[in-house]
Amino acid sequence: MHELSLCGAIAETALEHAAGRPIERIRLRIGHFRQVVPETLQFCWEVRVDGTALEGCALDVDYVAAQVSCNGCRSTTTLEHPLLLCGSCGGADVTMTSGDEFLIESIEVGSARAKQVR
Amino acid sequence: MGRFHHHTDGDGHQDHGHHDHGHHDRTDGEHDHHGLGDHSGYETGTERIMVLEQILGENDRIAAANRAELAASGIRSVNLMSSPGAGKTTLLAKTIPALAGRLRVGVLEGDIATSLDADELAGLGAQVALVNTSAGFGGECHLDAVMVRAGLDRLVLADIDLLLIENVGNLVCPAEFDVGQDRRAMVYAITEGEDKPLKYPVMFRAADVVVVNKLDLLPHLRFDLDEFHRNLTEVNPEATVVELSAETGEGLDRWLHWLQSV
Repeated sequence: MHELSLCGAIAETALEHAAGRPIERIRLRIGHFRQVVPETLQFCWEVRVDGTALEGCALDVDYVAAQVSCNGCRSTTTLEHPLLLCGSCGGADVTMTSGDEFLIESIEVGSARAKQVR
Repeated sequence: MGRFHHHTDGDGHQDHGHHDHGHHDRTDGEHDHHGLGDHSGYETGTERIMVLEQILGENDRIAAANRAELAASGIRSVNLMSSPGAGKTTLLAKTIPALAGRLRVGVLEGDIATSLDADELAGLGAQVALVNTSAGFGGECHLDAVMVRAGLDRLVLADIDLLLIENVGNLVCPAEFDVGQDRRAMVYAITEGEDKPLKYPVMFRAADVVVVNKLDLLPHLRFDLDEFHRNLTEVNPEATVVELSAETGEGLDRWLHWLQSV
């Protein structure tokens, strides 16, 4: 539900790092626990960048599966839903091992032609 | 354009072959400025800049500044979160008069566009500032650090001991945004069903205290309090739990006690 404000934060950080060069692609890494809906994020991104310097900039997202490790039976479960339960024994004593990521990983900027814009 | 790579098997952090051209091994957040001739195998002369910043990094920095300012003013603060209608405002309306003479309370009231809740709290003896979240990117579903920053400017901080930040009613988004609070409190109403902690674990895990509200309705509901406690313990075994009815005042003392210990 907060995808639009995430897009605002992503745009600002990306522009800062691009230092005036045109950004062609932004790569993100987002864990499933972050409750981001991929289609909504994409839609919000297009709304957010429409008519701005970032229009046409692609958003590539690596979604990282939410995984828990069971402290009881030691098995690892990839969660389909954010229910923190072991898929093998059903135990609730689990440790989250991935799925918490929320990172702007990199941006790809165009050649220096458009440099010195600001 | 804008296509998603959707990885469900845990390899999401692997790079895709053609992006691998030796620029991504620096993890210090520095820009990776290579000369334009240094892009062997990269087709269009684009340059990859490693960013490696948290998406909400800017929010977190402002939240840290809020936290520092509140601390410098001797204010303790609680971010109050819940679903819509769980009873945050009613709880505040009972809390403010009950703390009169013990703590000077300030309230930041997050609301998408109205002043209804702030109006309800006006005149109870607390400073109240409304933070309408529609000033954000078109009606936000949460408070963020910038909005709280703006709200702090409308309060006389020197006259406040305890700041209660009433977030927007929502069980998803507010959990993601640090606003600079000392503690997070969640108000849950037993009318919401026993399974809420399992359905919204991010929110329930974020809470330092879970207020179990509307306890006066227990005889009228098919609600298993023990099952709720089991579910809550599964997602957040460390949370303090306070059962009360904001409506009748039953159990309110424990909540007041917790607030005074923040």
